Amino acid sequence: MLYFSDLLQYSDVFLSGLKTTVELTVLTTILGVALGTVCATVRQYGNRASQRVVSVYVELIRNTPFIVQLFFIFFGLPALGMMLSPWQASMIALTINLGAYSAEIIRAGLASISKGQMEAAKVLGLNFRQTLTRVIFIPAFEKIYPALTSQCIIVMLGSAVISQISVQDLTYAANLVQSRNFRAFESYFVTALMYLGLSILLRFAFNALGKRLFAYRTAN
Amino acid sequence: MIEFSNYDILRNLLFATQWTILLSLAAFIGGTTVALTLTALRLTRNPTIQRIVKVYVELFQGTPLLMQMFLCFFGLSMLGYEISAWGAAILSLTFFTSAFLVEIWRGCIDTLPKGQWEASRCLGLSFLQTLRFIILPQAIRVATAPTVGFSVQVIKGTALASVIGFVELTKVGTMLNNATFEPFKIFTLVALIYFVLCYPLSLYSKHLEKKFNVSR
Repeated sequence: MLYFSDLLQYSDVFLSGLKTTVELTVLTTILGVALGTVCATVRQYGNRASQRVVSVYVELIRNTPFIVQLFFIFFGLPALGMMLSPWQASMIALTINLGAYSAEIIRAGLASISKGQMEAAKVLGLNFRQTLTRVIFIPAFEKIYPALTSQCIIVMLGSAVISQISVQDLTYAANLVQSRNFRAFESYFVTALMYLGLSILLRFAFNALGKRLFAYRTAN
Repeated sequence: MIEFSNYDILRNLLFATQWTILLSLAAFIGGTTVALTLTALRLTRNPTIQRIVKVYVELFQGTPLLMQMFLCFFGLSMLGYEISAWGAAILSLTFFTSAFLVEIWRGCIDTLPKGQWEASRCLGLSFLQTLRFIILPQAIRVATAPTVGFSVQVIKGTALASVIGFVELTKVGTMLNNATFEPFKIFTLVALIYFVLCYPLSLYSKHLEKKFNVSR
């Protein structure tokens, strides 16, 4: 038999877990996409050596599991004298992870902008930074926006793993509740639904944001 | 207390890698089978079936793989179905893999122009014949690169099975760490082994992508 009502008394545990997950998601989405943008720009326009450094970073992260990256940062780095709280470690791990994936996605966007745009901007007397921010970035991001936002949602779902280093996120709440009342199925089922709701909500939010960011399309 | 030499650490990790590979293969085979069935069902153009497949994809893409594993392992046994960590890992990874593959393959089939279906119809081919001789040969060419690319995600996904106690590479890594207190060395080695498993597949996928783009 299923007893979902047994979960009601723990609603504040779930809510505080949800809050942590949302906070971390928002923070790492912003930081991760920023890191990815910098890396993509370096990989597209930088010199040979810096391109290689970014490639190594991207390939290393993309070809190892997130949980190993997290353990490496949380358990491995303190051995070198860098003490990190679970929250800090997971924020760094999530940012580095999203940074690598988004770098690859954003680079594809940058590569899709025709060379003539760059040349025209130069002729008009824009410097490199102006060219990027005013000419290249907006259409480049527009092209890869769906891929980038689904990657952000994948990272949000992947953040469930940080409960393993005792960050009190939504998954941690689920584990806590089921260890108290032994309603494992109910607890995990409700939590899974909350993650599902969160990913649907995020997709709506990203779509709304996209409409604003790329409003120049409808404006003229 | 047992002393672990570097050789012991590496030997144990490599032994555990077998289980990671085995679990990846099982999940990939299971996921492909389910995804093939769902893709075939989707092509029947029955709106109810299409909606069910869509909900299935949404459900397993929109929830964390870890949560799916917990539900399969702790949830099912609480409901009275005894399931081993190995079984729960395969079951949840099959759901996860198939949900993504269905979506990837849908994209591949949708890129084929509609005229292909119509032309086959005019030539008097049945639905299955169209699928077998017209659609599949073209779709497989498009689908190979992203499918190989996704196999990397499957291998990385198996690392989560360590959380429900299945002894594979990551689990042995944490166990060795608890015994030796050398986290930096051990997790570097674990990450390197995953990299050695995944990187060739990534490269192969990229190579296939290029090959396909040239021939188009």
